[in-house]
Amino acid sequence: MDDRRSGRRREAAELLAALERQAPFPGAPRVGLTGSPGAGKSTLLDALVRRLRARGETVAIIAVDPSSQKSGGALLGDRIRVRSAAGDPGVFFRSMAARERLGGLADATRAGSLVLAAAFDRVFVETVGVGQSEMEVASLVDTLVYLVNPGSGDTLQFMKAGLLELPDLFAVNKADLGAEAERTASELASGLGLARSGAEWTPPVLRISARDGTGVDALVDALDAHWQHLVRSDALRERRRRGRDAFVRKALEHRYGSHGLEQLGGPKAIALRLAERRDAACFALVDELGREIEESLQKSR
Amino acid sequence: MSESGSGGRERPWVFRTYSGHTSARASNQLYRTNLAKGQTGLSVAFDLPTQTGYDADHPLARGEVGKVGVPIGHVEDVLRLFEGIPLERMNTSMTINATAVWLLALYVAAAERSGVDPRRLQGTTQNDIIKEYLSRGTYIFPPEPSMRLIADMVAYTVDAIPRWNPTNVCSYHLQEAGATPVQEIAYAMATAVAVLDRVRARSDVSEAAFPRVVGRISFFLNAGIRFVEEICKVRAMAELWDGLCRERYGVEDPGLRRFRYGVQVNSLGLTEAQPENNAIRIVLESLGVTLSKRARCRALQLPAWNEALGLPRPWDQQWSLRIQQVLAYETDLLDYGDLFDGSPVVEQKVRELVDAARAELFRVLEMGGAVAAVENAYMKQRLVASHSERTRAIESGEQVVVGVNAFTETEPSPLTAGARSILVVDESAEREQIESLRAFRARRNEADVKAALKNLRDAVANGSNAMPPSIAAAHAGVTTGEWADTLRGLFGEYRAPTGVAVRPAPAGSGIARVRERVQALSEVLGRPLKLLVGKPGLDGHSNGAEQIAVRARDAGIEVVYEGIRLTPDEIARSARDEGVHVIGLSILSGSHAVLVRDVLERLRERDLRDVPVVVGGIIPEDDAEALRRAGVRRVYTPKDFDLTRIVDEIVDVVAESRPAA
Repeated sequence: MDDRRSGRRREAAELLAALERQAPFPGAPRVGLTGSPGAGKSTLLDALVRRLRARGETVAIIAVDPSSQKSGGALLGDRIRVRSAAGDPGVFFRSMAARERLGGLADATRAGSLVLAAAFDRVFVETVGVGQSEMEVASLVDTLVYLVNPGSGDTLQFMKAGLLELPDLFAVNKADLGAEAERTASELASGLGLARSGAEWTPPVLRISARDGTGVDALVDALDAHWQHLVRSDALRERRRRGRDAFVRKALEHRYGSHGLEQLGGPKAIALRLAERRDAACFALVDELGREIEESLQKSR
Repeated sequence: MSESGSGGRERPWVFRTYSGHTSARASNQLYRTNLAKGQTGLSVAFDLPTQTGYDADHPLARGEVGKVGVPIGHVEDVLRLFEGIPLERMNTSMTINATAVWLLALYVAAAERSGVDPRRLQGTTQNDIIKEYLSRGTYIFPPEPSMRLIADMVAYTVDAIPRWNPTNVCSYHLQEAGATPVQEIAYAMATAVAVLDRVRARSDVSEAAFPRVVGRISFFLNAGIRFVEEICKVRAMAELWDGLCRERYGVEDPGLRRFRYGVQVNSLGLTEAQPENNAIRIVLESLGVTLSKRARCRALQLPAWNEALGLPRPWDQQWSLRIQQVLAYETDLLDYGDLFDGSPVVEQKVRELVDAARAELFRVLEMGGAVAAVENAYMKQRLVASHSERTRAIESGEQVVVGVNAFTETEPSPLTAGARSILVVDESAEREQIESLRAFRARRNEADVKAALKNLRDAVANGSNAMPPSIAAAHAGVTTGEWADTLRGLFGEYRAPTGVAVRPAPAGSGIARVRERVQALSEVLGRPLKLLVGKPGLDGHSNGAEQIAVRARDAGIEVVYEGIRLTPDEIARSARDEGVHVIGLSILSGSHAVLVRDVLERLRERDLRDVPVVVGGIIPEDDAEALRRAGVRRVYTPKDFDLTRIVDEIVDVVAESRPAA
């Protein structure tokens, strides 16, 4: 799925299109887990996987590691911390490097999560929160969990960056720190009150401790509740469609630049096209519109 | 320490040899022979299953039983290990950490069964978990419960076994992990503070007993080849320790503030190339911890000259014992007071070390102490960085290693001639240990065992001292695996941060060319070259694997670092899930034959026979040849110090293995 050679990419796109067409709705929930480095994402993931496995769910994890260097190399070490993945055939764990040189990460994570959603009961995508990547993950998953490290100044940065409206759940880690965690949680809750007044879903702010497992059960309940909300209100379909649209735009822009996008008649025309093809599979749509751009570019040459 | 310059010959330090292998019976033979040759104390090496709390028949123990030390499964193994050796007169050092409570409990139970009052026992349990997280890797539980077990032992022994050193703070392994002298001093002190602060906070240790607790803390040091600096290092440690005991802990009696330490001289610096030179290195390194009377070790154990080649034979260990005896009995070293008091050169160097180490110590204490600095990976990152720097200096030739990166021309060594120039542990040892363990389980009283385990679980869960119920469990016939499983159930297991997310290697070590090759190959492969680095088995020495992982990352490879203690099946699963192009295995425990065979087997079962495997470790040439025949593509040993070249060859291996597209 992450093979960049053109032949393999075509094969992958065909497979994905078939999967998207045939996948039952709503399928497996896709959950994003994000937060700053050292917030405890892997430890939390480990605790979550244990709980979900205990109730019989199979789980797939894509862990996106930010440590990609100038060299293009990366050290992917999250596996070590998600011990629940070791030796359990009901858990799949794939590490990916956030590599820019060989084309964006979005392709590989989206393709990977689509495939895994067909084979597992739940898919997690773990990323480090650095602004841009939240946007990408938010468009990929059904539920976005933001893990906050109390007292780290994360919250303020997050609010400043205008990213507060993205997550569906907030988990304040290290609840065992007491007062500090409390303060961070209330800061978040009041910040959210301003940003989200009148919305249908008010993101809960949970206090957890990834280390000793406090609040992890409540987090699982909250994940279930959000999923129920999405399915019942039919917001899921809309959300996935918005995510698909964002991805298609980005993929086309990545490949052909803004000049390429103009070939399709600019943003409004693209929005219209996407609305017309509301049920088309994501990668098939990228290929279809991509061909159109290429033809148009050739003509104008 | 007594005044310098006074007359009378000083008593020598305790002579030990770190040893044990195959079985309790074979090790007992070895100990008795060594004592007969003039060794004055014992240093017990345990095998990895014993150190990490598994019975010999556990899947993770496969290939590891009796390899790097003696397997101890229950109290009868201990009785057999010390048969014919008077425990009340022996000074026994045990290299045991995560399961230290258990091994001391077994030792006490064995003493009681032999009619020896435990109050008369003398010796040391290594019992320093911090350096296990940082370097040695035989930890089991998370830091806080591990520290609590250490504190339990300290609190218990201070009255019940008053001549026991319950914890031996190790700077030894920090140096092996790359520590500079300043880091070695600072992190050892931070570890001692972490233990003492916890003991002081307990209600079961009285204020009156606390100075005695401080007096029982001992240290375990490394002595490197820069022996002048090492002399200064020890003097600096003694000074810092004295200050800490006085100021932080209010210990008034200077006798209880004494810096007491044992030494194993550096094994990491021993070379595979021209191994006879190691004998000279060992002598010089011994000088660093014996020359200065003020800073002389209490006990010394020397590695064997051929450790980089494989397990030493009895003769190799005898040669090292003779070095100690010549130094202590033939030379006039012990006739004099301190040779360095008043030396301005030594004084200035000590000053520098004390000042820099104190600053680093306070940095660690400010971030919450040694445990916090393990969990946030601060110390590990500092060590990995220093280690990378040392590797770089050797690669570039800046740091001379005779026979390795300089003066490499050599005549063939008569010492390494012959097929059996190292010790080979009999493959049947594991089977015999398992049989003897099963026979033991069959004849013990199951009801007693169940009751003892329940008692242990309840006591530890409600915060009582873990020692008494562990001693009772030892008497009841509980096994090492059962004891550890009970505590695993309460505390959970832990994986320490690897610290490998550090800065890239300085440019110009040929890495740019490798990077280009990686890039070109990645284009052909359709995605970045991906390498899995893992350590199968129980060996926790992860420094080598981490150095390779960092260098491969710097060469543009995506490295999945899996860390330590993996079963062959877990490695094969990771290889499949992660879609790697090549697998690198690191095994330093000598269990490579069985473990590599198992990994290859599991890969075949998962249809991954095309994924090439390379192996690094302390691997004798005969074994290396066998591994290559079994399908391993490259074998690396300690003589392969050029990491960039190894990474370059890993690229070759992937290029060769790629099925024609």
